[in-house]
Amino acid sequence: MNPMKQGPVKDIANWGNYPVMASEENTPVFLEDIRRYVTIPGTFIPRGNGRCYGDASLASRTICTTKFDKILSFDAGQGIFECESGLTLDRILEVVVPKGWFLPVTPGTKFITVGGAIASDVHGKNHHVDGCFSHHVREMDVLVADGRLITCGPQQETDLFEATCGGMGLTGVITRVRFQLKKIETSYIRQKQVKAANLEEVLMLFDKYKDYTYSVAWIDCLKKGRGFGRSILILGEHAAVSDLTPQQQKDPLQLPKKKQITFPFNLPSWVLNTFTVKAFNFLYYGKNFKKEINNTVSYEPFFYPLDAILHWNRGYGKKGFIQYQFVLPMESKQGLIEILQTISNKGLGSFLAVLKIFGKQESLIGFPMEGYTLALDIPVRKGLFETLDQLDEIVLRYNGRLYMSKDARMKPDVLEAGYPNLARFRSILHKYNPDQKLRSVQSDRLFLTHKS
Amino acid sequence: MNTVLILGASSDMAVAIAKKLAGEGNNIQLAARNVERLKPLQSDLSIRHSITCTLHEFDAERSDQHAAFFMGLDPAPDVTICVFGYLGNQTLAENDWKECERTIQVNYTGAVSILNAAANHYAAKKAGLIIGISSVAGERGRQSNYFYGSAKAGFTAYLAGMRNRLFHHGVHVLTVKPGFVYTRMTEALTLPKPLTATPEQVAIAIDKAMKKKKNTIYVKWFWRWIMLIIKSIPEPIFKKLKM
Repeated sequence: MNPMKQGPVKDIANWGNYPVMASEENTPVFLEDIRRYVTIPGTFIPRGNGRCYGDASLASRTICTTKFDKILSFDAGQGIFECESGLTLDRILEVVVPKGWFLPVTPGTKFITVGGAIASDVHGKNHHVDGCFSHHVREMDVLVADGRLITCGPQQETDLFEATCGGMGLTGVITRVRFQLKKIETSYIRQKQVKAANLEEVLMLFDKYKDYTYSVAWIDCLKKGRGFGRSILILGEHAAVSDLTPQQQKDPLQLPKKKQITFPFNLPSWVLNTFTVKAFNFLYYGKNFKKEINNTVSYEPFFYPLDAILHWNRGYGKKGFIQYQFVLPMESKQGLIEILQTISNKGLGSFLAVLKIFGKQESLIGFPMEGYTLALDIPVRKGLFETLDQLDEIVLRYNGRLYMSKDARMKPDVLEAGYPNLARFRSILHKYNPDQKLRSVQSDRLFLTHKS
Repeated sequence: MNTVLILGASSDMAVAIAKKLAGEGNNIQLAARNVERLKPLQSDLSIRHSITCTLHEFDAERSDQHAAFFMGLDPAPDVTICVFGYLGNQTLAENDWKECERTIQVNYTGAVSILNAAANHYAAKKAGLIIGISSVAGERGRQSNYFYGSAKAGFTAYLAGMRNRLFHHGVHVLTVKPGFVYTRMTEALTLPKPLTATPEQVAIAIDKAMKKKKNTIYVKWFWRWIMLIIKSIPEPIFKKLKM
């Protein structure tokens, strides 16, 4: 077969369905295929399951790892898991949960690849306790632009390791990852939901319950006045066998049943408007009658409520949506209030507005830092980008930053101001990706790869 | 627990079949020319399904070694699946005997020499199952791929004859004609979506056909009808078509 064979050209987009572009897709199965695709002439960006939101894994050519997805080893005694980078988290859970292990860190969807988890350095509801995904990586192999396969980790080739964790795929193709899992007694979560009447109260509750492993709040961004920032704080701990019902105790590590429905088509974009979002928020907040609800649920609805609906992004219509996520330092509570006020005044309603408190973190290019993070989904429509630019100004004024995995539109100076270690990141990129062979629409837009 | 031998284990279709049958609790023997690169698949199947998966160096073009290869397998497989194939380059093969011979060797001669060994073993044991992945291309010769097509036609006839022989020994033979499949072999082609199966669909169809002891299957049902139409076009007309 022709070794220079090109892949098919397809229209691809990430989870926000914005932007969409034609891309030649290379889908390697073996390591040698990856090396060949990396070293043939032409630029590209590595791509996993396309679950970042914006344009981070878009380019005119992509090396897609979804068929590079084998488990290499699993030490069920020590909880050390090793796999190829295209393996998705759902398929890891299927194997490790029955043996009493769980992902050390998981984002709100299990349909992401391990390589993507590292390139975006994903965080979860336990960031304040367990940090990011990369904190649990023992070592990994990265195939860099010149075709060398380099093993790196927290103790070896540390510059490559640091720049790859959160580096949006620009250092090389992550091929193999070895990471530490988290021990669990059961596959269930002891969940506590607490209603907060306003922002003040939810921030107080975050502090009160800071010892919980998992915490996140759903927040109503449209409510004004006394109920401004009303929320439901959701807390969780891995349940012990003694927390389970006798029925559940028969198989405490049972995998949740696969119940999935598919969102069948793109909803017309007018369906989501301030009124429908307000109505949704009213019902969502109102469904919790009691101030506090305690129950034990399977890990599935706790971590991945939206995964039950395949293609839920179609609900935002053909034009797609932007997920806007920023973090502000702890002392910038006023900034959080200003942003929420702007959102509510502009009527930028979002079904999914999620507030969380990050713990301390030092990283080269990773997103999280100690403080408040808020994530919103907003359908793409006229005037949205101007409004988001205004929000960016507030974020920068309060020394915050935006999350590149969610981004499709920030201006380069916003990145520049938010990430103090960019110069060092660029110099490491220069070392491993000197000819800017690895580049994406995002990296060009943010001047991470533009020739200066 | 059965042991399944997969010949030509590096292809997308073979990987999907291996995953499916390992998931059904079978031990898997993966045979391919380059086994080194199948180590990740080996570990994946073993860990995920708690089965035994072994790797075996096998070259479809070395017919002289096939009998010894089969006899050397320990344990001898209960099911033998011949997945390897070579699409070849039709235009190149018209002028280059090497390319033409390779197409015939891989798709016909090599398949026959390895399955002969399996057939004799199963006939003596009075048990076993042979599955051959043939092709709809073998149902009627067309100008665009008649080297591949004629080799597959021979393979289909071989499988049918062997099914007839082995029936009397309690051994079953299944012929699979997948139609278009999204694989690396067809990656550069634009395939009509409704007619094209995924490797996973092929694997599911094979698993079902094994259990039901089907003789010949098409993966997507309309292929049977499409081929019926293609076969019924009178030759004086057919020869004028550009297919």
